[in-house]
Amino acid sequence: MRKAFVEALCQTAAIHPNILLLTGDLGYMALEPFRDCYPSRFFNVGVAEQNMIAMATGLAEAGFIPYAYSIATFASLRPFEFIRNGPALQRLPVRVVGMGMGFEYGHAGPSHHAVEDVAVMRTLPAVTTVIPADSAQARSAIAGTWNLPGAIYYSLGKDDRLTVPDLDGRFELGRLQILRSGGDLAIVSMGSLTGEAVAAADELMQSGVRATLAVVSNFNPDPADDLAAILEQVPHVITVEAQAVSGGLAAFAGLVIASRGIACRLWPLAVQSPPDGTSGSQAYCWRHHGLDRSAVVRCARKALGSQKK
Amino acid sequence: MTPRRIRQIILEQSKRANVGHIGSCLCVVEILCALYDGVLRVNSPDDLDRDRFVLSKGHAALALYAVLALKGWLAESDLNTFCGDGSWLGVHPERPVPGVDFSTGSLGHGLSLATGAALAARLQQSQRRVFCLLSDAECNEGSVWEAAMFASHHQLSNLTAIVDVNGQQAFGLTRDVIAIPNLKERWEAFGWRATVLDGHCVRDLENALQDHAAQHYAPHVILAQTTFGKGVSYMEEGRPLTQTHLEIHSINWHYLPMSDKEYEIAVAEVGTQD
Repeated sequence: MRKAFVEALCQTAAIHPNILLLTGDLGYMALEPFRDCYPSRFFNVGVAEQNMIAMATGLAEAGFIPYAYSIATFASLRPFEFIRNGPALQRLPVRVVGMGMGFEYGHAGPSHHAVEDVAVMRTLPAVTTVIPADSAQARSAIAGTWNLPGAIYYSLGKDDRLTVPDLDGRFELGRLQILRSGGDLAIVSMGSLTGEAVAAADELMQSGVRATLAVVSNFNPDPADDLAAILEQVPHVITVEAQAVSGGLAAFAGLVIASRGIACRLWPLAVQSPPDGTSGSQAYCWRHHGLDRSAVVRCARKALGSQKK
Repeated sequence: MTPRRIRQIILEQSKRANVGHIGSCLCVVEILCALYDGVLRVNSPDDLDRDRFVLSKGHAALALYAVLALKGWLAESDLNTFCGDGSWLGVHPERPVPGVDFSTGSLGHGLSLATGAALAARLQQSQRRVFCLLSDAECNEGSVWEAAMFASHHQLSNLTAIVDVNGQQAFGLTRDVIAIPNLKERWEAFGWRATVLDGHCVRDLENALQDHAAQHYAPHVILAQTTFGKGVSYMEEGRPLTQTHLEIHSINWHYLPMSDKEYEIAVAEVGTQD
């Protein structure tokens, strides 16, 4: 998604001269195409994320559309209050770009694991939050949202190879995308874990379990109506995300279920335990937290088993 | 617009709303008077190419409202909603208020906003300038120095910071809480031109505030020495007249609203000043 982001931004910036790119001294070997195309519109603000976000707010007030880039934890959590009191409160078109969703910076350790960024951005209704599942969807999302009047947070992945089957770059604000349809249960995923969710749905299908599979790629506005329509048709939903259980997709699904009185049981696969200091590859972290394809399959069998009793 | 008239509005409104932060508002009166009565090039609050002002010490918003009212951008009826239910005019300033360029209130936010605004002016090849008023205790915030580093590295000479050096902060004197001696040398070490002056001399302030831009390559900081509660003798001395002292005497007028008697004396004292 990183290459897709830079390419999509370069294309949009070619047409719209008010687009700027700021970085907190990260994105080496990634942001250079923008810097080389638009050297006067690229600023490395140094390792200073608070200043980057508030400067972007000052630039936006004057009519610019600044994209402020860093690793997801540093882009979102360190300057969170400056996002809240800046572009969110003042309704200005700042775009915060957090790179390395979930456990993508796995080996780098817990300081680099972005498992709260989407959760905290969901608490700011003025910040549209975009979590693409693959590069094609990231391209569509960036092209489709650059000119929103308010603030946007993009939680992006580094992985440029992942392609989610049948997603085909679909993206629409306030909507979710359906990849598979089935009446036994629903699997709803977010971000690059969608690849695992698809693999799990296909494995379940081989044993005759038919799952609806949907991708949530944005909040604020939330795809609440779309999600409710799915959950009204199934007895169980498994949410799959590399995000804190209290604030991300599971929390959203739980709110939809409870507030609308939907008879669907929620099985949240999310980050539920505090960091223990260990790290490893993204695949390891997914397994460690029970988020990978086999965890989804196990959860589905457990859910359906509980139904029969 | 005169310092006396600004102080009168601050006293009237803080009494009517029964709120504190009076000392913080009174000490920046001359700074705001210098800015809005001559320095800032603002034909109207809607002019996109106006000079920008960021009140980073947002808790002095009442002083700004007084100035905006005297400019005619804020109606007296609006002013009378200060701290009322549903009003835009809270203790800290919000952007929907005509003449408020940025919402502030969280210390350490404003200089970065101003740095972005100054960079925007340069990118748009505009001659507009950006002014930012901070408090001395606000310099405790690390983000202030993040902005200071960017502004000097990029030679944003269209940016002027004014630090209200009143020596007070929320738990007492700055020298007792987090001492910041050599403040001038600290800003200079970050690559800024620094000027120390009397923050209650409008003429000196105007001269210093106009001294920037084209002929220099560095942002400018004005360290304005001020007296907390300026213009009201018992506030300058940090003592209430009719109320019980707070535990730390120097911060009484950071928090206390005025009693009727205190208001009467404050109005009388301010009314006799130039």
